[in-house]
Amino acid sequence: MSIGADIVAALPELFLAGTAIILLMLGVFMRDISTRSIGLLAVAALAFAGALIYLGDGRGTVAFNGLFLNDGFGDFMKVLVLIGAALTIVMALRGLEQEQMNQFEFPVLLVLATVGMLMMISANDLISLYMGLELQSLALYVVAAFRRDSLRSSEAGLKYFVLGSLASGMLLYGMSMVYGFTGSTSFDVLAQVFASQEDAPSIGLIVGIVFIAAGLAFKISAVPFHMWTPDVYEGAPTPVTAFLAAAPKVAAMALLVRVLMGPFGDLVAQWQQIVVFIALASMLLGSFAAIVQSNIKRLMAYSSIGHVGFALVGLAAGSEAGVRGVAVYMAIYLFMTVGVFAVILAMRVNGRAVEAMDDLKGLSKTNPLMALAMAALMFSMAGIPPLAGFFGKFYVFMAAVEAGLFELAVIGVLASVVAAYYYLRIVKVMYFDEPVEAFDKPVGSELASVLAISTLVIVLFVLIPGPIVDGAATAAEALTSAGR
Amino acid sequence: MVIQALVFYLFAAVVVASAVMVISARNPVHSVLFLILAFFNAAGLFLLMGAEFLAMILVVVYVGAVAVLFLFVVMMLDVNVAQLRQGFLQYLPIGALVGLILLVELVMVLGAWVLAPGTVEGSGMPIPDPSQVTNTEALGRVIYDHYIYLFQAAGLILLIAMIGAIVLTLRQREGVRRQSISKQVARQRAEGVELKDVPSGGGV
Repeated sequence: MSIGADIVAALPELFLAGTAIILLMLGVFMRDISTRSIGLLAVAALAFAGALIYLGDGRGTVAFNGLFLNDGFGDFMKVLVLIGAALTIVMALRGLEQEQMNQFEFPVLLVLATVGMLMMISANDLISLYMGLELQSLALYVVAAFRRDSLRSSEAGLKYFVLGSLASGMLLYGMSMVYGFTGSTSFDVLAQVFASQEDAPSIGLIVGIVFIAAGLAFKISAVPFHMWTPDVYEGAPTPVTAFLAAAPKVAAMALLVRVLMGPFGDLVAQWQQIVVFIALASMLLGSFAAIVQSNIKRLMAYSSIGHVGFALVGLAAGSEAGVRGVAVYMAIYLFMTVGVFAVILAMRVNGRAVEAMDDLKGLSKTNPLMALAMAALMFSMAGIPPLAGFFGKFYVFMAAVEAGLFELAVIGVLASVVAAYYYLRIVKVMYFDEPVEAFDKPVGSELASVLAISTLVIVLFVLIPGPIVDGAATAAEALTSAGR
Repeated sequence: MVIQALVFYLFAAVVVASAVMVISARNPVHSVLFLILAFFNAAGLFLLMGAEFLAMILVVVYVGAVAVLFLFVVMMLDVNVAQLRQGFLQYLPIGALVGLILLVELVMVLGAWVLAPGTVEGSGMPIPDPSQVTNTEALGRVIYDHYIYLFQAAGLILLIAMIGAIVLTLRQREGVRRQSISKQVARQRAEGVELKDVPSGGGV
């Protein structure tokens, strides 16, 4: 394959990387350019990259000597990541100005992190997987510590960095085991080798898979590799937390699905029990640990752990329907999370950010529209029909039942009942408690429009499920039929 | 052949001995100096294998830049080794336990190691004929041609590391006098020099 065809295949990634560098130079050389304009340019670039992906043909082209893969699954996940990144950057613009961390590097770092995510999703080799993952993680470590004068932000960044490095080490260790067994890092060769094997895989290979799964489970913050999540989410500046909770989760989940279903697809029996355990533990911990939280950012951290557990139920099924379930779930999760964080970013009293759950008291009287949107998002998170969150859970549990994982599905449903308690408690606090001090108004057009978009997606999903469900079905088909 | 073997054992023995000294020397500056010695001898080993480019790169990059940087850091930071070793005994039992478990696991894994049949030949990069291409060219083909994607990705990662270091540490301070080279160069004699006519022989 010529270099020209390679460049065409990776055009969205190259475009974004180039834009990030140009934005960086703009910020450095034009002293008076505002962070807001850099941020808006970054959002435009993300939208353009999304258009490039949408217009490109996602038909399993392999580029750069087998390191990079374009397929339907990747396209769907990449568009999700770009939407998540663009929406959270838009939300962050105002937050940055209010929090005195108005540095032009912020959008640049987020764009570079997005490039890393796209590279992760397109990885077709263990090494390109690792490169994408590090590109993403390194940028996120920096933005987590972005408010460098705040002790908690620095702590969050450092904690994220140290634990993330540990996870990368585990991932690399697992990769070296797999490489030692097969003599190749390419996903295609790995899939061939495992498909041609009759007898049980050697113990070294299994150890390798366990380590790879552990390293990736850290990135999606699944139990038992979740410890960093509440501290980082709470300590990092809120615009950063919004970003962390949305796009990187989707990208890492896509990566985990691609690795387990692709090269290790013939070893389902080996990794299925790991995924089942991680899913169970995440759902249960996410539900029970969130009950006692009073800080809404910590609550969202546990909520995201729980949601990752639910999405993993689909992966545990190891089938095409399961992958479709994961894709639908992550798409809905993305919009719900972005919407909730739009509300959290609007939680400011007298110019100061507040993040206790009690600060939401009586929101229905002080700001009825925002309370209504938040209530819809909370009902959706709890999985109450006819909101989108219900359908996300429906697809993953259906896949699990079809694959015969009845216990997992039953425990999942029970966990979601427990989780409903704290989501509904927020609704109760907003609607039935005496109002405390109202939030600052106006919240700004960016936050209002992001909140409106995500709420509309969640509410209207039941009427127009087409784009997400059909897209996810195509994605799942592309992933499971590739290389078979 | 005999001379080659002798030289190999000389280099190898010095590498191992100095590597041991790196971690056992009490003075961190000595550690870094032993590290430099180890690098030099490793470069010698590369030369023996015919990998001239790697040998030179090892000396230029690791000895010339990295080790010297280490040396500066160690000398400037004045690391107190005794303080670092505090609590070493306290954590020794648990550390030893974890190490032991890992060792047992590794032995189990390696004991049962089987290579997947027929995979090793068909994969990886073929080694080119040394009489046809030079070291440098062969490496360049792998890094800049075959793995160009990963090479550029690594470049982006380093760019992020650089941006991150600047964002998190650089502070704009007021009242700092900075050197402005263009201003210095543009200075004319008339602005800098003033001739005073001092009356002579007048006394005070």
